[in-house]
Amino acid sequence: MIGKPFAPVRAERRTDVPLTTQILARGLAIALALLTGGLFILMLGHSPQAVYASMLTGALGSATARVEMFKLAIPLLITALGITLAFRMRFWNIGAEGQICLGAIAAAYFALYQPHWPAWLLFPAMFAAAALAGGLWGAIPAWFKARFGTNETLFTLMMNYIALYTIQFLREGPWKNPQDMGFPKIARFAKEAQLPRVLGLHAGWIAALVLLALVYVYLRYSKQGYEISVVGENENTARYAGMNVRRIILRTMFLSGAVCGVAGMLQATGADRTLTDTVAGGVGFSAITVAWLSHLHPLVMLPVSLLFAVLEKGSGFIESVFGISAAAADVLQGILLFFVLGCEFFISFRLIVARKEARHG
Amino acid sequence: MKKVLTLLLSLALCIGLAAAAQADFAPVPKDEIKVGVIYIGDVSDKGYTYAHHQGTLYMQQQLGLRDDQIIIKTNISEDASCEAAIRECIEQGANIIFGTSFGFMDYMEELAAEYPNVIFSHCSGYKSNDTNFNNYFGRIYQARFLTGLAAGLKTKTNKIGYVAAFKLPEVDGGLDAYALGIKTVNPDAQILVKYTNTWYDPTLERQAAEALLDAGCDVIGQHQDTAMPQIAAQDRGVWSTGYNADMTEDAPKAHLTAPIWHWGVYVTAAVQQVIDGTWKPENSFMGMAEGLVDISPLSENAAPGTAEVVTEYRAKILAGEFDVFEGEIKDNEGNVVVPAGTKLDVAAITSIAWLLDNVTVD
Repeated sequence: MIGKPFAPVRAERRTDVPLTTQILARGLAIALALLTGGLFILMLGHSPQAVYASMLTGALGSATARVEMFKLAIPLLITALGITLAFRMRFWNIGAEGQICLGAIAAAYFALYQPHWPAWLLFPAMFAAAALAGGLWGAIPAWFKARFGTNETLFTLMMNYIALYTIQFLREGPWKNPQDMGFPKIARFAKEAQLPRVLGLHAGWIAALVLLALVYVYLRYSKQGYEISVVGENENTARYAGMNVRRIILRTMFLSGAVCGVAGMLQATGADRTLTDTVAGGVGFSAITVAWLSHLHPLVMLPVSLLFAVLEKGSGFIESVFGISAAAADVLQGILLFFVLGCEFFISFRLIVARKEARHG
Repeated sequence: MKKVLTLLLSLALCIGLAAAAQADFAPVPKDEIKVGVIYIGDVSDKGYTYAHHQGTLYMQQQLGLRDDQIIIKTNISEDASCEAAIRECIEQGANIIFGTSFGFMDYMEELAAEYPNVIFSHCSGYKSNDTNFNNYFGRIYQARFLTGLAAGLKTKTNKIGYVAAFKLPEVDGGLDAYALGIKTVNPDAQILVKYTNTWYDPTLERQAAEALLDAGCDVIGQHQDTAMPQIAAQDRGVWSTGYNADMTEDAPKAHLTAPIWHWGVYVTAAVQQVIDGTWKPENSFMGMAEGLVDISPLSENAAPGTAEVVTEYRAKILAGEFDVFEGEIKDNEGNVVVPAGTKLDVAAITSIAWLLDNVTVD
């Protein structure tokens, strides 16, 4: 035990939980989540049934509500797909926020300065620029990790702030809209540079579904997808098998960032129709939860990100219907997630309580 | 002939549409009306959103509306979430929607076109349409002038600091009114300005105030959303004037007075018009005479004699005898910006881009 810190409780991965137990555990977790959330709602002085019901109505009750809910799900799904590429390789990309920002910035350049381009050129250009910008932004920490072994969690996290402040710099300086009387705001994109709507929702949903299929096929059937899993399992195994680990890390992080960059482009040109410093708005972090809850499985991310969007949209709705504060709605959301995430943890891990002797042994 | 007919028909259609667009809104029974309010911050911020929310509560109480007739959306950022919040208000049946942040403007403009039966009222912007979208703001500069009187009488070092948000007409016009108030009672005083480039950032606001205090200022004025500049002044044992709400309880030893908003005056009138069916898409720019702006009661920190001077000018403003921006006024580059014998109109006041001759940007 020398050199290893003593941990009274440690987690050990387990794969032996039968499917029926898993389903039972998840059902129980959801029931407990609703129950605890219900107690919280009672404490606020409202009826739990009424609040839960109106959460659902607020998210699914009408065509408008559903469109707004889908709008929340689009960036969540795409970003979750993006970070999954990196996470499968055990590369902890916490920098999706920044990659989203960079993608949005790149797309905004074309929307602001080349809106007269024909649509067949403009949208592909925005798409490619966003993917390239997000990809390069993601590849920087990957290069440092591959070259110097830097910690990617911190590195990608710090890159977020650089990206965020870049948007603020553009907003207050070179891209400030002169029409806005000095208010620091980037101009609304021209109509021609706004993503068209398909079935009442901006066309980003089509891109999301296409990316879902592409990432699924890439991870499951391509040689590169296989390489990602091997590097994720054990870098030495990958090296021994003759894989160029550095190149795989760089390539995968480029792709991861590129997918997140596309999410940024769709959010800016489809949902916001301008560039704001809230374009990522926490999606880069929520997407980590979505990816984990989906066990890094692309197809599962579709329902999970939809559930997330329902939760998000629904809690926004109850705020105004019941006069619940935004903070309290966030607490409720947190309670629900806490149980579900906890359940997933205990399905994947077993806690081992170390015995006292172990300290000296 | 056919062409002429088509032309005539389409002309008639256009006129018909225009006439329809001009049509008034039907009255809405008071117990059925619903009011949506979109805030950028939280109602507990003790500043900008707090002041707006006080106005909403005032309106609700004055008109006797139930809680479920007021749909409030807090912490809405100036992006797609603004659109979502507005659509939710409409879904819940809002007849009129107030948006209180500049960045909501473009979303409100687009949604006003999409929902012609809903009234959109936007605070602090410059866009409107001729059917269902107006903007509102107010003559806060009148109140700022009065707080300038209090600051000018209080300073001993003749250096007054001003923590300003952004370099834009709303802020610079307010600063000029403050500086004019100071100059009226203390021609020797100089004003030192620091721009923070943010509306809301407690840390930056405090740092800017501290830098001004280091430069020898002994009164701090502000165009910011938090009371941090007030607290910075109090910590140095000197004085301050606030903004948005009475900040005496935040800095009881420093605060002199603050220019404050009574948004309820406008919001109540607008909702009443919707109830009566008399709402018109006209922009609103009310002042102290209507009760939209005022100063908070002078605290015990104010210099002796302040109350008399403030009362005198307040009476003149209320009577319409004095409106702050009256010539001759020179800017700090030596240009005459308001010639003698003239005064600025609303359009000129809302596009001020100069600073008074006693103002220096730090």
